[in-house]
Amino acid sequence: MKTARTHLVAAITATLLALIAAQPAQADVAVDAIIAGKAPKQLSGFGFFADAVAQQPADGVLPYDLITPLFTDYAKKHRFVFVPEGQSAPYNPDDVFALPVGSALIKTFAYPADMRMPDANVRLVETRVLAHTQKGWRAYPYVWNAEMTAADLKPLGAKQDISWIDAGGAEKSTRYLVPNMNQCRSCHVKGLGRDRQMSPIGPEAKHLNHDYPYADGLANQLTRWTKAGILTGAPENPDDAPRVADWADETAPIDARARAYLDINCAHCHMPDGPAHTSGLYLDTRITDPAQYGIFKRPVAAGRGSGGFDFDIAPGEPDHSILTYRLDSADPGIMMPELGRTMIHDEGVELIREWIAQMED
Amino acid sequence: MPTHALFAPVLALTTALALAPAAMAQPAPDAPAPEAAQSPDATQSPAEPLGTDAYTAIQEALLMAEPGAVIELGPGRYELSDGLSLAVDDVTIKGAGMDKTILSFRSQKSGAEGVLVESSGVTLMDFAVEDAKGDAIKIVGADGISIIRVRAEWTNGPDPLNGAYGLYPVASKNVLIDGSIARGASDAGIYVGQSDNIIVRNSLAEFNVAGIEIENSYVADVYDNVATRNTGGILIFDLPGLPQQGGHSVRVFDNKVFDNDTPNFAPAGNIVGGVPMGTGVMVMANSKVEVFNNTIENNATTGVLIVAYPNEYEDEQYYPYPEGVSIYGNTFTNSGFAPDNEIGELVSSISGTPVPDIVWDGNIPLWHYIAGIPENRGIYIGDNKGSAEDGQASFIDLDVIPYFTWSWFHSPSRTTPAHAGGVDKLPGAALPQDQAAVGGSTEQ
Repeated sequence: MKTARTHLVAAITATLLALIAAQPAQADVAVDAIIAGKAPKQLSGFGFFADAVAQQPADGVLPYDLITPLFTDYAKKHRFVFVPEGQSAPYNPDDVFALPVGSALIKTFAYPADMRMPDANVRLVETRVLAHTQKGWRAYPYVWNAEMTAADLKPLGAKQDISWIDAGGAEKSTRYLVPNMNQCRSCHVKGLGRDRQMSPIGPEAKHLNHDYPYADGLANQLTRWTKAGILTGAPENPDDAPRVADWADETAPIDARARAYLDINCAHCHMPDGPAHTSGLYLDTRITDPAQYGIFKRPVAAGRGSGGFDFDIAPGEPDHSILTYRLDSADPGIMMPELGRTMIHDEGVELIREWIAQMED
Repeated sequence: MPTHALFAPVLALTTALALAPAAMAQPAPDAPAPEAAQSPDATQSPAEPLGTDAYTAIQEALLMAEPGAVIELGPGRYELSDGLSLAVDDVTIKGAGMDKTILSFRSQKSGAEGVLVESSGVTLMDFAVEDAKGDAIKIVGADGISIIRVRAEWTNGPDPLNGAYGLYPVASKNVLIDGSIARGASDAGIYVGQSDNIIVRNSLAEFNVAGIEIENSYVADVYDNVATRNTGGILIFDLPGLPQQGGHSVRVFDNKVFDNDTPNFAPAGNIVGGVPMGTGVMVMANSKVEVFNNTIENNATTGVLIVAYPNEYEDEQYYPYPEGVSIYGNTFTNSGFAPDNEIGELVSSISGTPVPDIVWDGNIPLWHYIAGIPENRGIYIGDNKGSAEDGQASFIDLDVIPYFTWSWFHSPSRTTPAHAGGVDKLPGAALPQDQAAVGGSTEQ
């Protein structure tokens, strides 16, 4: 009897649990945890997803992408934004949107087994959560287990061996680095001394301002964010908002493509209030002084990162430019960016090479 | 009394912090990295975490540290697979001695430096960083950083493949480097850049391209150091195109600067790549620099070299000329016997060999050339002991402007300049954390 009763209890419990799990309405985002800066041990504790393995967001969590993305060892990325109900960020053409406390940005890094079939056999590697806590933005790296049943908080990051077939059919592999919390901060920090603050990088008008394939059809992201109530004051016509080029769009001017690429890959550090301001090299698309974005600019503290070259950009001479040299390296003492990749982005290097080659001396 | 992390109660250690040193305290010179006895969160194990190596144990302590914590690293050689970073204010990292606690980055796979500090009020003491793939220890944007009895070294000796900087505080204020050693940097052993209020003392820099370099910085005292067997001993530079420039108020005194005889091995493109082997002290484009009471010996190019920034630049804010530079009370022996590279060649083509103890390029703004140098903005050579017949330091003003332009007008001078004004005694640096740097800090 006793055994049977235990079985019965277990069965009821299991049924209840199954019911709860099947109820997307229960998957409310844990705003309190975000605000308090209490990152759950597992990603599921945030409630960002209706189906995390399929990267289907919960209600109130909006997918987005960037016109030109950061390169991370060819990983596919799924980005989501969450803003607490009833709150919003004011539109700002010149900076990252100031998302209110309680907001979160969620980014999952994934590898399909074969990039030619991007939706099949997808391996989720990590999900990074950037949470706007009451003490400012905080970064939490979550690493997916091999079975993809859970993603655990890993303040120390992780290393994972990943292999895949690339878009051209070639086998690729890397020892993928999930950043630790300090490394997250290194890219997201602004300011100096005791006043340093973390900040998001991507959610800015110029990076978002294009169409995204939402479940209900294509729509401009600024328009959709406005409609969703998380952005206020954006121009009615998105063409009145800034927009970077798509680095991969061969119909766009090479200068705009290269500057967009350098902006998203480098400018979070290489800007006047970023950690690499000490170099005097600023790579934001808004910088117009050629010397500041590298033309005939001499290195300051590059060491062997100079590659023996005199200038960050020697117009017409991509193979004598420090910029190309450092992008085209995976040696930690040479490569740029310093973090976030273990591989060389051949297509990105090629773009920068082309850009510098067509510059007139 | 100023607050100082050294006095932070050890009670501030959290449980997690205590694990790291305890687990790694076995003295194991040259042995494989000591294994951490247990991970603080033993439940985390899937997907090949970084595991139980030295990197994990130390990085975890750095991540979990609360402000005021003291992280103690026991004696031993720690083989680090990746660069370490600290982002918490007021933390002390303390080893068992610069020859006992060794962080080796020989097999480093990631990270642009061995140790990166991105916080304020941090004290690093009594350990060594060896063979980092990039810079050894970089501190960026700190308000308060103390580096005490720390050694940064590339153990293979001078090599262009070594990292650029050994001890590298940048964009910081209240910087103390005391009793430390830097060897083998392919740029500068001890480099303080774009910083404010700096003391570098009781330290040894050898086998670097630049021994000690103060660049684009305000108010620095460099004293009681030894700079030997570098390419150049002590460099005071100001460069264009940087957020902080106009370097000024630097005192270099009571140092021993001798036998700087390592051929320049900086990767090309870096400004120090132009420093001639055997340059004792070099002042470039700074204003208000005092060089006094130093012993400057056996430097093959010259004892003190004072020059304007030599390259073209696009920066309207930048001022390329050294001004208000005072050289006095120094003892020069055997300078300039084998001038190196194109600079040495240029100098000796004007001065002959041996090159004088003190060389000034004489490069000044054209209107100074015509109207005279304004008061207190000249070059002041006081009493020094050196190789001139009267026992004073020998000197030459190369007068390079006409040398390169109207050569028939070129008139180098061996007479010490009599510029208006004179030695302006600088007040020097005073650091809030200095009084707290316990007596022993002056040992070397």
